[in-house]
Amino acid sequence: MSSPSSRRRLLRAATSAALWRGVVGIALFFAIWEAASLVKLPFLRHVPAPHIVLESVIQTVQTASYWSAVYISAKRVAIGYIIGVVLGVPIGLAFGVSRLFKSTFFPVFETLRPIPPLAWVPLSILFWPTMEMTVVSVIFLGSFFTVVINVLGGVETLDIRYVRAAVSMGATPWQVFWRVIVPAASPSIFIGAAIAMGLTWEIVVAAEMVSSVGSGQTGLGATMWQAYVGGVIPLIITAMISIGLAGLIFSAVIWQIGAYATRWRRVV
Amino acid sequence: MTRGGGLSIRNVGKVYNPDDMDVVALQDFCLDISPGEFCVVVGPSGCGKTTLLNIIAGFDTLTAGEISMDGSVLTAPGKRLSPGADRMVVFQHGALFPWKTVLWNVTCGPVLQGRFSRTTAEAQARQLLSRTGLQGIEEQYPGELSSGMRRRVELVRALMNDPKVLLLDEPFRALDALTRGVMHEHLLELYDLARKTVFFITHDLEEAIFLADRVVVMTTRPGRLKKVIKIDLPRPRDHRVLTTARYGALEEEVLEAVQEEARKAFETGERELA
Amino acid sequence: MLGFAIVLAAWHLVTAILEVPMFKKIPPPAVVLREWFTPDPFFGVSVYTPLYYSHIGYSVYRAYTAFALAVLLGVPLGILIGWNRKFREFTFPLIETLRPIPPLAWVPLAILMLPGTEPPVIFVTFIAAFFATVLNTLLGVQSIDRSYFRAAQCLGFTRRDILVHVVVPGAMPHVFVGLQIAMGLSWVALVAGEMIAGKRGLGYMIYDAYSMVQIPTIIMGMLTLGFLGYFSSAFVRYVGRRLMAWRAF
Repeated sequence: MSSPSSRRRLLRAATSAALWRGVVGIALFFAIWEAASLVKLPFLRHVPAPHIVLESVIQTVQTASYWSAVYISAKRVAIGYIIGVVLGVPIGLAFGVSRLFKSTFFPVFETLRPIPPLAWVPLSILFWPTMEMTVVSVIFLGSFFTVVINVLGGVETLDIRYVRAAVSMGATPWQVFWRVIVPAASPSIFIGAAIAMGLTWEIVVAAEMVSSVGSGQTGLGATMWQAYVGGVIPLIITAMISIGLAGLIFSAVIWQIGAYATRWRRVV
Repeated sequence: MTRGGGLSIRNVGKVYNPDDMDVVALQDFCLDISPGEFCVVVGPSGCGKTTLLNIIAGFDTLTAGEISMDGSVLTAPGKRLSPGADRMVVFQHGALFPWKTVLWNVTCGPVLQGRFSRTTAEAQARQLLSRTGLQGIEEQYPGELSSGMRRRVELVRALMNDPKVLLLDEPFRALDALTRGVMHEHLLELYDLARKTVFFITHDLEEAIFLADRVVVMTTRPGRLKKVIKIDLPRPRDHRVLTTARYGALEEEVLEAVQEEARKAFETGERELA
Repeated sequence: MLGFAIVLAAWHLVTAILEVPMFKKIPPPAVVLREWFTPDPFFGVSVYTPLYYSHIGYSVYRAYTAFALAVLLGVPLGILIGWNRKFREFTFPLIETLRPIPPLAWVPLAILMLPGTEPPVIFVTFIAAFFATVLNTLLGVQSIDRSYFRAAQCLGFTRRDILVHVVVPGAMPHVFVGLQIAMGLSWVALVAGEMIAGKRGLGYMIYDAYSMVQIPTIIMGMLTLGFLGYFSSAFVRYVGRRLMAWRAF
């Protein structure tokens, strides 16, 4: 698609003042960091300078154990997340559609929701036979609650007129559900899914940090924790960056899927 | 009560460039508005009337031509115009600050500009509000009022700023037809009090003829002046004028000019940009 | 209410009556409630022991301190970023780069950088609340209808007037949504921080109970957290409703 107009647009974007200001902002951050560690500020006594971190990153990225850790964490995230979505979407829809179901179970749901995922870890460890299942279950909880709330929001902010229009055209309740409510709530469903994906990466760090002992499989969170214990500080930062990046990439993927599935929205 | 407010719009052109495609919103638009005149611009959706209003108000720039007020140039290509109280705008969906009381909304202009002290402004505001039948609501929030009342408060706010030109961007579009009818009479009462120059845009022909001294018909995009029709109905006007023969004849004239443009716009599916 | 009853009944059924093997380690509700509300708890913590309240006190202190810091720094920053385009272009990319790093991942660094045991926990909690606050405040500023700015310009407002009378009040609804979210996130991050770095607090209490297999205490801690989190968010919501009286109509 390299037409003259799209190439012109690309050029304009590349030379835009906004882009360069952003680069300056980030560059300034690293410059200050580098300067501060050179001056040996007491605050940053244990924090390595950016160039040391960069070396560590380059080194680590070449090791097999790093990528194995990424794979392990990613696998846990994926499984926990998918289960969370598979259970969360129907329950969110049920809360939105059935007043009886909502008034019965929503209070319980809302009481359990604020409990931080990490607070579920000890109980989960005692409950589940394997560590893998513990980690995955904690991830599941994190994505589950977020998905339900967002789906419910999508159903509740739905314009009732769509439903009325369908009914007046003779639709059965089942048809109204599948052809009106679900599609209309789908933008919210996908937004909830994207948010939940970002959250699950944060949780996987937590879950792995506390339960890394004895699991035999070292994910990124466990890697970070081990680096801390072992005093290999640049590796801590490498792990931090990796986790952040992984969260970004996975959320972006979900976001894109959502944007594609709801492309009828791009009417503006 | 200041006089003046005569607008001279000469060969004004406006070209937009969204998504790398040139859109000519206005082309060679010329119009002279005398001080104190009530001028209504009608045209189909997307014809550029809101763009023109935005340029006069100072929210947008023109790419060709010039606009002067009372002899001095307001804006030309390269001459940025800031919005100001001399060209006060009343917005389509209303722009009363919902988080401030009615009294604050109405007095904020003069007070913040330093023209009046708070007490003087408030006294004046209360007077003006009761003049327009809105006494007693000074401490309420806009959210508590009906849409008709909100619109009236916004008119009071505009008048409190003593503008030279009053710019109204389809202000009654969101009201129901009955309320709109009452608002028309109300607006004319206020106009008779102050006799400011008014630049009013609308789709509604009945509204246009009822309110205007002159009705200006715009072509569909790119917007040009198509026809100017003088409305010689005597003032003060009330709703009874809508059933007179003279009104009927004027309506026919305006309708003929507008209908052609409306049909063209319909066929090309013009969407509003501004 | 009925929902709670059903869940409690199911819990009781599964653990006390049917004794499903997978739930073998989970105590029945009666045991938990008895432990929670007895003057002489088996494991040392109940509604009657000062230790319980000491844990709660520490957690509340940390959560609210971090939250307050996040609000004091985050709201002005968010407004500045939303309002001033140049500033936004400089700082937003940097913020978006740091934001994806999970608050928890800051724990080792926080411990290394900050002295003592309180500051690292508060810092980690602060990070969680801070980004949520900045983002929602920014969104609040950007969601203000353009007409209000234009009206303000016509009315002769100075830049400062616009900031004080249009931007700040206009962004408030979104800011408060952000504050509720930030409050919730604070509790999440706090617990994690306490489990790892703290010596008191509900997170620590849960972890400690876990290491000594005092399961009723674990559940007690979890439910206490749930209630505290819920009430904290409700409190923020309440303050918002009071401050934005104009929205009540």
